[in-house]
Amino acid sequence: MDFGPYLMLASLEGAVTAAVLALTAIGLSLVFGVMRVVNVAHGEFFMLGAVLAWWVASHVGGPPALGFVAALAIAPLAVGGLAALADMTVLKRVAYDPERTIVATIGILYIIQQVTLMTYGPEARPVEPLFNTRLALPWVEWGESGLQLYWPWGLSTTSYKLFVIGAAAAVLVGVWLLMARTRIGLLMRATQLDREMALAFGIPVERVYAMVFGIGGALAALGAVLIVPIQQAHYLMGGDPLLLSFIVVIIGGLGSLPGTVAAAIFIGLSDSLTLVILPWLLNYFLPGLEIDVSPTLSKILATLLVALVLVFRPQGLFGTGAK
Amino acid sequence: MTKISTKQTGTTRRGALKTLAAGAAATSLPLWARYAQAQTSEPIRVGFQMHRTGIGAAYGRWYDRTTEAAARLINEAGGINGRPLEIVVEDDGTDPKRGAEVVEKFATQHNCDVGYGTLFSHVVAGSAPRAGELKLPYFVVSEGHHVASGALNRYTVQPGITDVKSQVQAMAPFVASNLGKKVTMIFPDYAFGHDHRDFFSAAIEAQGGEVVAKLAIPPTETSFTKYFPKIPRDTEVIYHVMVGPAVLTFVKEMGEFFGPSRPEIFGFIDSLEAVDISSPGLEFLEGTYFWEGMPRYAQAEQSPYDKFYREHVGVDDKGASLSDAKDVSTYAHMFGCWETLFVIKAGMEAAGYQGPQDRPALIEAVEAMTEMPYSNEHPQGAKVFNGKTHQVFGPQYISKLEGGMLKVQHTTSIEDGYYPDEVDYTKMSF
Repeated sequence: MDFGPYLMLASLEGAVTAAVLALTAIGLSLVFGVMRVVNVAHGEFFMLGAVLAWWVASHVGGPPALGFVAALAIAPLAVGGLAALADMTVLKRVAYDPERTIVATIGILYIIQQVTLMTYGPEARPVEPLFNTRLALPWVEWGESGLQLYWPWGLSTTSYKLFVIGAAAAVLVGVWLLMARTRIGLLMRATQLDREMALAFGIPVERVYAMVFGIGGALAALGAVLIVPIQQAHYLMGGDPLLLSFIVVIIGGLGSLPGTVAAAIFIGLSDSLTLVILPWLLNYFLPGLEIDVSPTLSKILATLLVALVLVFRPQGLFGTGAK
Repeated sequence: MTKISTKQTGTTRRGALKTLAAGAAATSLPLWARYAQAQTSEPIRVGFQMHRTGIGAAYGRWYDRTTEAAARLINEAGGINGRPLEIVVEDDGTDPKRGAEVVEKFATQHNCDVGYGTLFSHVVAGSAPRAGELKLPYFVVSEGHHVASGALNRYTVQPGITDVKSQVQAMAPFVASNLGKKVTMIFPDYAFGHDHRDFFSAAIEAQGGEVVAKLAIPPTETSFTKYFPKIPRDTEVIYHVMVGPAVLTFVKEMGEFFGPSRPEIFGFIDSLEAVDISSPGLEFLEGTYFWEGMPRYAQAEQSPYDKFYREHVGVDDKGASLSDAKDVSTYAHMFGCWETLFVIKAGMEAAGYQGPQDRPALIEAVEAMTEMPYSNEHPQGAKVFNGKTHQVFGPQYISKLEGGMLKVQHTTSIEDGYYPDEVDYTKMSF
């Protein structure tokens, strides 16, 4: 495929990854920003969202679209509830001490993962999407009558992938509105700024914590429900999102929600774009050498590129620096 | 300063000695009170290294069921040398380090006679050396080429399942003459994928074909669309061996990428083991071809051995569990467990195996095996064992997905899979 169309394809694919990553990472960012604790079980909330989506979809009869919509509504709520429960029973007991929370959430990770293995099983199971039609995409070329469209072989996307990008963007806007314009958001921001002061003002900090933890888990689950028709639900699928969410939160700057979104877009796109741009760059500047860049190598370089951000901006893209 | 109590606790020296003696007797009870009549009633212990958790869990489950069925049959027929067969199961988490620990447990803690059952090649690579160090006969059911390549040791054998090199080589003639000569290979970027890349490239070139592109996908990748544009337009056949939970995504996205016009596609059923072919998103595979280790769907000319095997393991004619039609088996691999257990039995009987001191004799007895006829003990097909390379050779099946069913189009001969010996383990010492 020519460079232009390939770049477009890779950008769209990267955008889907970025969208889901943004949702998942925002959940983690909220938890870290407000509660100042690391939730190692965050990836498992993601996985639970996908598994519950499969469970709901397989039990709801009728057209598959109905099952998916039901899953979209039920799974995040259920996972959010579970997360809030975990907070109230486990995290409160360790008094949100940083090291103890890490250990406790690792325990929660194993419990969730292995219970899922024992009940749901080790296979990857598919969930049908809301709708899914292949959309051939056009590209421009210089023809006899000026710029005209043509449809390159293989350049396509699906309507569902576009839906994922749109839905994630909508949810992110919703989260921003929640944080910036509602009273609950105000309480959360106040707790984030200064916990002692918030307590002094009569804000029920422990309940805010439970709610934030719940929202964090629910957002991860929502991301998973959106991606599950593309990726299938598997009990080990929480590992990668956990790692990537942490990277996004750190690169974006701890405690900064816009930073998280920016970093998610950057990281989600870096993988796909490096795959396309790197070989093209090499062949452009060093045409004689005919270097073949393997996908694994381009993935390694994309990760290095992301890590370089911290070299030049240790506090992250939008980080506020050490207080 | 608190006063230290000097009150007697009530135990005398004699009392303590009596308790200790009773305790020692009780803990050593297994050593002397069990099997008081004779050594011969003690079971033969086969240590089953099972992938109960981790990425191999779907295979592990079916390996377990097949093992159980074969062991039951062996015991119903009187066991091995009159002794019952006991399967000791340990989970290795599909992890090489844990695998080595499990092998150690089998040899030292559980007093197993042999180790058996490992599938994933990276786990075999991590565990087999330990088995060699501990001098524990290690029967792997892996398909990996490690055994025959000479990388392992004299204690490691693969007598129940053919290896990747043999399988891939046997595919090339069919692909070149029926599907096309210009092949794009899509494989995971690690040992299993590299084996396919190397062996198939050589084999197809020997048939006058050409590999026009090799796409090495990072193993944990979850989205594949961005790789497909690298497929050259003049590709006639796509050869894919993607494995792991992301396979359904791979197939779906491949279908979405090509749309209505696709080249011929040849895959390995490894991609779809434990997956229902009629799953949503797999419609794209209709009309494509697969290597099958053992045909998942009962064919029109089903052998009585396949029927017997299915009945005892508990799968129906579609390769799914009799108790749950949605629970699809790993039919192309699990027969390896069945056949390997029968080989262990035959080897122990030929060697007159009595105990761990006979382990070298067991290995030598297995090395002496040659032909294994098509039978209830070898339901996948007749086999020929190469004692020097410790690897067995057998038929391979090529099927086409038609009407939601995999129909065998071609069965390769055992000779199609032969390649020159790369090692002679029989020359190594024990």
